[in-house]
Amino acid sequence: MQALSGVTLEIAQGEFFGLLGPNGAGKTTLINVVAGLARADAGAVSVMGADTATEYRRARRMLGVVPQELVFDPFFTVRETLRLQSGYFGMRENDAWIEEVMHHLDLTSKANANMRSLSGGMKRRVLIAQALVHKPPVIILDEPTAGVDVELRQDLWQFVRRLNADGHTIVLTTHYLEEAELHCSRIAMLKAGRVVALDSTRNLLARFAGSRTTARVVARDGRNFTLELSSYNELETQLARLRAQGVEIADLELDRPDLEEVFLRLTS
Amino acid sequence: MGFTTLFRKEMLRFLKVSVQTVAAPVLTSALYLVIFGQVLEGRMQVFEGVRYASFLVPGLVMMSVLQNAFANSSSSLIQSKITGNIVFILLAPISYLEFFWAYVAASVARGLAVGACVLAVTAWFVELRLEAPLWTAAFALLGAALAGALGLLAGIVSEKIDQLAAFQNFVILPLTMLSGVFYSIHSLPPFWREISHANPFFYMIDGFRYGFFGAADIAPGVSLGLVGAAFVAVAAACLLLLKSGYKLRT
Repeated sequence: MQALSGVTLEIAQGEFFGLLGPNGAGKTTLINVVAGLARADAGAVSVMGADTATEYRRARRMLGVVPQELVFDPFFTVRETLRLQSGYFGMRENDAWIEEVMHHLDLTSKANANMRSLSGGMKRRVLIAQALVHKPPVIILDEPTAGVDVELRQDLWQFVRRLNADGHTIVLTTHYLEEAELHCSRIAMLKAGRVVALDSTRNLLARFAGSRTTARVVARDGRNFTLELSSYNELETQLARLRAQGVEIADLELDRPDLEEVFLRLTS
Repeated sequence: MGFTTLFRKEMLRFLKVSVQTVAAPVLTSALYLVIFGQVLEGRMQVFEGVRYASFLVPGLVMMSVLQNAFANSSSSLIQSKITGNIVFILLAPISYLEFFWAYVAASVARGLAVGACVLAVTAWFVELRLEAPLWTAAFALLGAALAGALGLLAGIVSEKIDQLAAFQNFVILPLTMLSGVFYSIHSLPPFWREISHANPFFYMIDGFRYGFFGAADIAPGVSLGLVGAAFVAVAAACLLLLKSGYKLRT
């Protein structure tokens, strides 16, 4: 079975890049190939100029990967886990940064707690901390908010956005399309192992969902009208036409074009 | 640095559960000594002037070294694979050589730690002399490395705990039990004696015991050479598999 085929992507330094697609599209496989967890039969991947096969040490130092599964080592505490991860990347005397990462992810109070005793959300935070402990310029987040409560989700995005603002390149896969729409400047959509769309989020919305904008109008007498708009400019004309028919407008709701529509169009 | 940290992690892992990884095997060996030493004392004379219980102790020590070295690398790796936390090592810039040596070195450390404890406890009950300590040390070290590498190999190849348990119960346990821990192979019928010569664990026990009594079934130099050759073969197999990412990287 071919998990990926003919995928060509270039992600610029400092980008906030989204990788979307239905289950089984090949998102995690693609991430695994980049991270060296899976081997591609053909093709090449490089991270900041380092080939992931021939210069794997340099490539892996550039990468911080937050895996999708909530994995942890039950033998260790949070601090031990982070110190070990730091050591794997050859970073000694890294305690100051480890404390800072724990502070930003609200983990300081759990520093000496065994990984087993943490809630799912806390384990997710540790996974993120592990990915950041060696200060990688590129961070890959594979479904980081799956099963995460609203508060943590907000904290997490705030933190990731700050990392991005500090110059980190962020690559994100998510099932929550509104998250991708909100954060990603550019998006690749995968379907059955192939890239079916690759463009800026704004262009994708304009190209695939823009024509579908609808306005729902509720009149004072209770009647409902649905207006199909090819652009926002049309709204004024269509509302004027309704008023001319004697309709008094009580409420107006606009369906913004969203990524979900683009997604459904491209992948279904 | 990757090696040092991975080695440290493996050491911490078994030290954190030392009741299970060190104290339990020491108790098992002490029970073997009490039971077999009592039952067989006076019925078996292997070396001139050496009581059976004294003969038994070095065998029990080496058996503990081997079984614990095997258990350390194999159980650590299979647990990491099953729980998925192996990903943290696979994502790191750690070479397959560092990976191999870190697991083997920690296995040697646990094997020797358990062996030393077994020796310390059992030496209370018997008279022991140490005629050639360097041979003892060489066999303990190389034997533990071979068992650690075998454990790593089993851990790489196995995907489930029961596959590893099968390897442990049907390969490692018979090889240790039939290696001459409890008897000299000279007391076996010729057919079984010949079979014993194909068991690498036999040479480890025999050579280790030579260090204590200055007597062995096989010349210690020959045994050490064979154990060394077995280690090189198992290490080569491990390194090939680790380099290819077999059952670790998809």
